[in-house]
Amino acid sequence: MRSLVNNGYQPVDSPVDEGTKRHWGFVEKLLLGLTPREYLSQAMKNPLNWVLGVLFAVGFPVIIYRFVFGLGAVTHSSNDYPWGLFLGFGLFVMVPLSASGFLLGTTVELFGRKDFKPIERLGLLNGLLGYFFAVIYLLMDLGQPWRLPYPMVVAWGTAAVLFLVGWHVAVYLTVQIVEVSEAFFEWVHWPMAKIFIKRITIGLTIAGIILSTLHQGALGALFTYAPSKVHPLWYSQEFLWIFFFTSSIYAGLCMLIAVSTVVKKTMAWRCSDEWLKKLDSQTIGLARGASMALITYFVIKVVGIAHDNEWAYLATGWGQWYILELAVGVILPLVVLGYGIRSERVGIVRLGAFIAVAGIVLNRLNTALVTFNWNLYPEIPHLLETIIAVTVFGLYIATYRFILYRLPIVYAWNPLPLEVREKATETAAVPGTLGQHSAAFSDVSLLD
Amino acid sequence: MEKITRRKFISVSLGGAAAGAFVLSGKAQGAGNFTGYPEGMGVLVDLTRCIGCRTCEAACNREQGLPEPALPFDDTSVFDQEFHGGQKRRTDENAFTVVNRYDQAEGGPVYRKIQCNHCNEPACLTSCFVNAYTKTKEGAVIYNSKVCVGCRMCMTACPFRIPAYAYSSATNPVIRKCIFCYDTRLKYGKPPACIDACPQGVLTFGHRKNLVKIAHERIRANSDLYVDYVYGEDEVGGTAWMYLSGVPFEEVDFDVTMQKKPILNNAQDFLSQVPMVLAIWPALFLGFHRLSTRGEEDGDENSNLSNREESQS
Ligand code: SF4
Ligand code: SF4
Ligand code: SF4
Repeated sequence: MRSLVNNGYQPVDSPVDEGTKRHWGFVEKLLLGLTPREYLSQAMKNPLNWVLGVLFAVGFPVIIYRFVFGLGAVTHSSNDYPWGLFLGFGLFVMVPLSASGFLLGTTVELFGRKDFKPIERLGLLNGLLGYFFAVIYLLMDLGQPWRLPYPMVVAWGTAAVLFLVGWHVAVYLTVQIVEVSEAFFEWVHWPMAKIFIKRITIGLTIAGIILSTLHQGALGALFTYAPSKVHPLWYSQEFLWIFFFTSSIYAGLCMLIAVSTVVKKTMAWRCSDEWLKKLDSQTIGLARGASMALITYFVIKVVGIAHDNEWAYLATGWGQWYILELAVGVILPLVVLGYGIRSERVGIVRLGAFIAVAGIVLNRLNTALVTFNWNLYPEIPHLLETIIAVTVFGLYIATYRFILYRLPIVYAWNPLPLEVREKATETAAVPGTLGQHSAAFSDVSLLD
Repeated sequence: MEKITRRKFISVSLGGAAAGAFVLSGKAQGAGNFTGYPEGMGVLVDLTRCIGCRTCEAACNREQGLPEPALPFDDTSVFDQEFHGGQKRRTDENAFTVVNRYDQAEGGPVYRKIQCNHCNEPACLTSCFVNAYTKTKEGAVIYNSKVCVGCRMCMTACPFRIPAYAYSSATNPVIRKCIFCYDTRLKYGKPPACIDACPQGVLTFGHRKNLVKIAHERIRANSDLYVDYVYGEDEVGGTAWMYLSGVPFEEVDFDVTMQKKPILNNAQDFLSQVPMVLAIWPALFLGFHRLSTRGEEDGDENSNLSNREESQS
């Protein structure tokens, strides 16, 4: 792509081909305005595609194998470890890393922090894809995946925390699809649909906060069903849901920083100059929020140990592991982020975000797998199970990239045909004011 | 402006109500003070009488139509089997009950039969999001494979590690565990197969509340024989199957740290916050929104990024 851009290629970012003044067709939009041959040749040049290709070539057959021969064929089919990587990683890690959707929605739409507007859509998309793939992992794990809708339609186990998780993830996924569809409607050019989404944004955002607060916490509350199985240091009957909720805040924000860093490094050609220009200051802003949540989390973790009086456990091997998790996953990113923010060095901030993301992965895996059944025996996931988990993650990356290449997430979709756009620029008294946008926008809907 | 606000308000309330309807009902059911089934049946397992003959295992195998095991039921070498670094045998999809041997420093070995304890307030039941489990009035905890999604939450939740999963089946994997011989016997007032089969009278079948009395009576009458504790009387809210032992319970692998209150209570702290969040959040955040965007019109910016004109200017 980079070489194409250097040769004067401009990726699609408006309904009209600048050269020929012709409307782009749907397939042309899919191919980013390239001919099929050009598209293929750029795809072949990208090394990531080769890595993903190999991964899928190995992984998809294993996934088919799992559905033909059952869970027992790809996991250690343990009655003592009912949950393996699919839930341990796919659900318990992916969901907090996807908290960015509701966080950015809240920040921008509710708290009116318009300065985070440029990165809001990436936050929403990160949320949507994370949840969507958590559900894919869930489908890998469920014994009878085709019954996934059962808790919604067939039988209601209303007293169960998992019931809450199931419903909320389903409803919230819908909310996020609607939120992200705004970008989609721009891309396919359905202005009326987009206007409708705008109108219900506040409602969606508030629904998002409710659903997120509850199900992020509920994932933690699930483990209160297993008091004698999770190690006491990771178990807290009263606070587990607060731990999960609070850590999801910095998880979501740091994941957004991490993703935007990758986007900036690997697909700058797709980002608008504006987006790139504002990214650094927004990154620092996000990091401020994240470090606030990190401090809170650290304090309540200590309060939690004091509350359950678990100091003695800290002297054991499990205690060292616990201290390591807190040191590497919470204190270290806090220090790095803090230093980066104060010295305004975005690179350092980004490093801190990556460490915090790793810390969350460690914490959730510790709770769901490592310290689970601590007084029985440790479980090492089956090779095929690991392959499936990695394959689904590869699919997540591929989907993420597919969407970022196309939908206006990190660039602005220019809804105006060229002539109108030029006129609008000429006539507008102050370019860039809100009034001009809405005027120009209604022009468009009239024209189409 | 007025109109938009109202529409916003409606969409907010709808979101809240939709989420609220089921959660509130969940709260109502979950928080009830359940005190057990007065007519519930139970079993008292007296470990001092068990000789490890595994007749109960064989009877269960027959009654439940389970596949023939690799080693015959009179083969005592299974007691020496070890799994996963020293674990003794456990229940699985082909064995709803197993007997394990625990060698003692002095005196003969102690044998312990395990199976589902048919808790009064079962964690498997309260953790299942499709209500696949039922506690019958006779005291059995049974399972409906027709609605089970296969999430295995119940296995995570059962403090006695009883439910097993038919991992080997790709098309219809189900949870497998002792069902108190509900379909074939308990429903008709008959004792389960394993109890009928036991040659040593290890297993006493009866109304749970009578069994509690019998248990304490036995301890009182033979205080030198028994440890003064009835395991299952109070554990996780009480179980229908209870145990008497001549050796400390922890020596035969009972979890003696198990909480006395039902497992569901642990999640109550969280579940009781739910209606509060539903009630407070919409108003609170709509309020934040009104405060923080006062004087601005919202919803009229046409893109997440400024348009090209802006970046050029
Ligand atoms: S012992 Fe386990 S499986 Fe049996 S009723 Fe109790 S919680 Fe359920
Ligand atoms: S595995 Fe089946 S019975 Fe167990 S909790 Fe899940 S849906 Fe319920
Ligand atoms: S009660 Fe029935 S199902 Fe349960 S262990 Fe005894 S024979 Fe087996």
